Amino acid sequence: MTDFLAFTVVGLFTGAAYAIAAGGLVLVYATTRVFNLAHGAFGMVMSFVFWQLSVDAGLPPAVALVLVVGVVAPLGGLVVERVLARGLRDAPIGVSLVVTVGLFVFLVGLAQAVWPPDARTVDEFFPGRSLRLGDLTVSYHQLLTMAAAVAVAGGAWLLLERTRTGVAMRASIDDPQLLGLYGGDPDRVARLSWALGGALGALAGVLLAPMLSLDYVQLTLLVVNAYTAAVLGRLRNLPLTFAGALILGLVQAYAVGYLPTGEIFIGLRTVIPAVMLFAVLVFLPQSRLQLGPIRGVPSPPVPPPRTTVIAGVVLVAVVAVWTAGTSVSTTTRIGTGFAFALIMLSLVLLTGYGGYVSLAQLTFAGIGALVVARAGSPSIWALLLAVAVTAAVGGLVALPVMRLPGLYLALATFAFGQLADRLVFQSQSLGFGFNDGLAVPRLSVFGLRLGTERAYTILLAATFAVVGAALLAVRRGRYGRLLVAMRDSSVACGTLGQDPRSFKVLLFAASAGLAGLGGALWAGLRGTVGAADFVVTASLPLLLLLVVSGVTTVTGALVGGFGLMLLPVVSGDPAAGGVVLLLVGLAAVSLAREPNGVVHLVGSGVRDVLERTVGEEVGSRGVA
Amino acid sequence: MALLEVTEVTVRFGGVTAVDGATFSAAAGRVTGLIGPNGAGKTTLFDVVSGLQPPQGGTVVYRDRNLRGMSPSSRSRGGIGRTFQRLEAFGSLTVRENVLVAIEIHDRAIRRGGAAERVRRADHLLRRVGILDFADRRADQVPTAVARLLEVARALATAPRLLLLDEPSSGLTPAETRRFGALLRDLAAQRRAVVIVEHDMSLVMGCCDDIHVLDSGRIIASGTPDEIRACRRVRRAYLGFERDGGTAS
Repeated sequence: MTDFLAFTVVGLFTGAAYAIAAGGLVLVYATTRVFNLAHGAFGMVMSFVFWQLSVDAGLPPAVALVLVVGVVAPLGGLVVERVLARGLRDAPIGVSLVVTVGLFVFLVGLAQAVWPPDARTVDEFFPGRSLRLGDLTVSYHQLLTMAAAVAVAGGAWLLLERTRTGVAMRASIDDPQLLGLYGGDPDRVARLSWALGGALGALAGVLLAPMLSLDYVQLTLLVVNAYTAAVLGRLRNLPLTFAGALILGLVQAYAVGYLPTGEIFIGLRTVIPAVMLFAVLVFLPQSRLQLGPIRGVPSPPVPPPRTTVIAGVVLVAVVAVWTAGTSVSTTTRIGTGFAFALIMLSLVLLTGYGGYVSLAQLTFAGIGALVVARAGSPSIWALLLAVAVTAAVGGLVALPVMRLPGLYLALATFAFGQLADRLVFQSQSLGFGFNDGLAVPRLSVFGLRLGTERAYTILLAATFAVVGAALLAVRRGRYGRLLVAMRDSSVACGTLGQDPRSFKVLLFAASAGLAGLGGALWAGLRGTVGAADFVVTASLPLLLLLVVSGVTTVTGALVGGFGLMLLPVVSGDPAAGGVVLLLVGLAAVSLAREPNGVVHLVGSGVRDVLERTVGEEVGSRGVA
Repeated sequence: MALLEVTEVTVRFGGVTAVDGATFSAAAGRVTGLIGPNGAGKTTLFDVVSGLQPPQGGTVVYRDRNLRGMSPSSRSRGGIGRTFQRLEAFGSLTVRENVLVAIEIHDRAIRRGGAAERVRRADHLLRRVGILDFADRRADQVPTAVARLLEVARALATAPRLLLLDEPSSGLTPAETRRFGALLRDLAAQRRAVVIVEHDMSLVMGCCDDIHVLDSGRIIASGTPDEIRACRRVRRAYLGFERDGGTAS
């Protein structure tokens, strides 16, 4: 019984911290329609600021807490609102997700650059002091966290129900445009929400930080658990969100206490929020339809088939010649660039053409790699099996959320990425193993064994060229038109006879299958792959680099793939790595509204210059 | 025999009753008008019939079949086409491609047609609604009136037997509105049931065979244009005039 009560206290403590974080997330989303994927990263940075003030500068913890939660975090929230979020209210969900992923990566990069990796800890509040109730011990820190959650819940109720500002916020939840028409100020509501949201994210981060050493990813992902609670509250309802957070905290604590100790169960404990997120998504009712106004996305011209074929042949020839005189390590890097570019092509299909965002594309690549590694066969059939299995898994991920908007699909992919990391990839029996890797045999195609790095790199370049040409062929034809039509208005497509749900599942399966192909070929190039190669958080820079280079074009995928390959090369030490991530995040944030990316901007600029100097029409050839 | 029978349909959004036991029907070969002030529930009724909004009560029977639980795409394949008050054109595609997408979805369902034939049919539909000159323009860059007619052409591409048009003539000039009225009569003459939600009373009175008047979610009057014109209750509730003629207020 005492054990049960002890686990209950731990559950209520973590649940209270999740509730505080989720409250901020829901407040911002409900009033501004921006789902801040960087909420956890913001809390992580603020816990580092708290460490700086309380441990490094020696301020009393209470003063540091007040400064962080009352001053720094709200100011940070206001800056985010002014610089990033204001233009996102009416933006497509894909754009606002990418912008907040950019902020996520920017903040993680900022933390790494400012606070290079080191052992840092912060003490609990009131260290060593606790309340004893019989055999049960409740620390003052736990009590403070629970009291803070109650205060946040009470404060939110008072604010929303008893103040004029709260009425405006509730009106903004229902219809911000209408609030504006009736003389309210949606911008003021948004500023307040971001300031409060920032403060709550910071408070959750600071209260959770003593449980872990200060760690960029762990702290970020801990607050990510707030996603589950927020989704339980359908991203609008604060009481349900708070209840969801407490349930999540309790389930996690009881899982630690009572689940058996087998490998699968140890993994399961860490992914309970992701499992719950899926469970909640399955039972969420159909969301209300979003109608009008007309939405269109500027698209670059699609090059004609002949240009595509010539470009593909030239690309493969260049790679063949280039790799003839380079070292094995350079050849492997070139091959890796093509493997990443191939995985990015799967996002060109899903995000660039289809308008959906996946936050775990590298996870699908990992499944492809795992299948070829486990199959242990050099035959082409192992490769095809990898594509088929990954496509099937992708379809299964999309299935529970097919009737929900794109935001839920993105969240489902992230939850799936976490599940795959812990339950599959790190598993000794199912996956790559925790610290080990698996050997992957190199392919034999029609009796020709592709045993060298150079052969594999040429194979990767050729596969990229073929898949890129196939995507462009799809984009030119009826399925390309249908993809764009579905992105612009799935409601209209529904009333024309196209079932949007099955279409979404098929599109997602096709995209996952392509990522699986990229992962399987990359695994063959490397020879050995492990769980660390496919961690879900690595999918975020992959998405961002593609967005920066151009998510709607095949050329964008090629440039993005090589950019991602070069990331570890240019970021020698961790602090430099932080600066690189910071720049990637910044570039993604500034380019998210230009879906055709740098490649298109440069291509348009070059064409303009050519037209001016040569004086002939070259604009129609395109860069896609 | 009516093609569409809507009986006692009720839709509530939270505490607000948008449609309150509405009953009306639409017959093949006739143009049926649904009129009423803003917020009367006209568009919500279209959403119910096209399957976008499940009703809390009542039935929708189309070609003697209760549509309860049927998805919008299945209803479309069954012959129900619609346009939207808040436009739902595919903004990234050209006007012609918008209609092509509809033709391609429809053709896949019935497995027929080649690419050139589809383009010819798309152009024929655009000519029929009078916007072929805009065929190569992106749909998010054409005037609202053109986008509304584009939605009509797109709906026609699915060969509907029941056509629901939500404020299709908004933004048209008087001459264009007259031509559009003639098109509606033409469409009905091809054994279609055409149901139109419209605020332009000259169009409604000039081309509808039957009119149903909605107020606060209820049908308060049904009849021919002459009967509706003569109905005092309708004049008071909606038309806003006591003498003949005039525009809705």
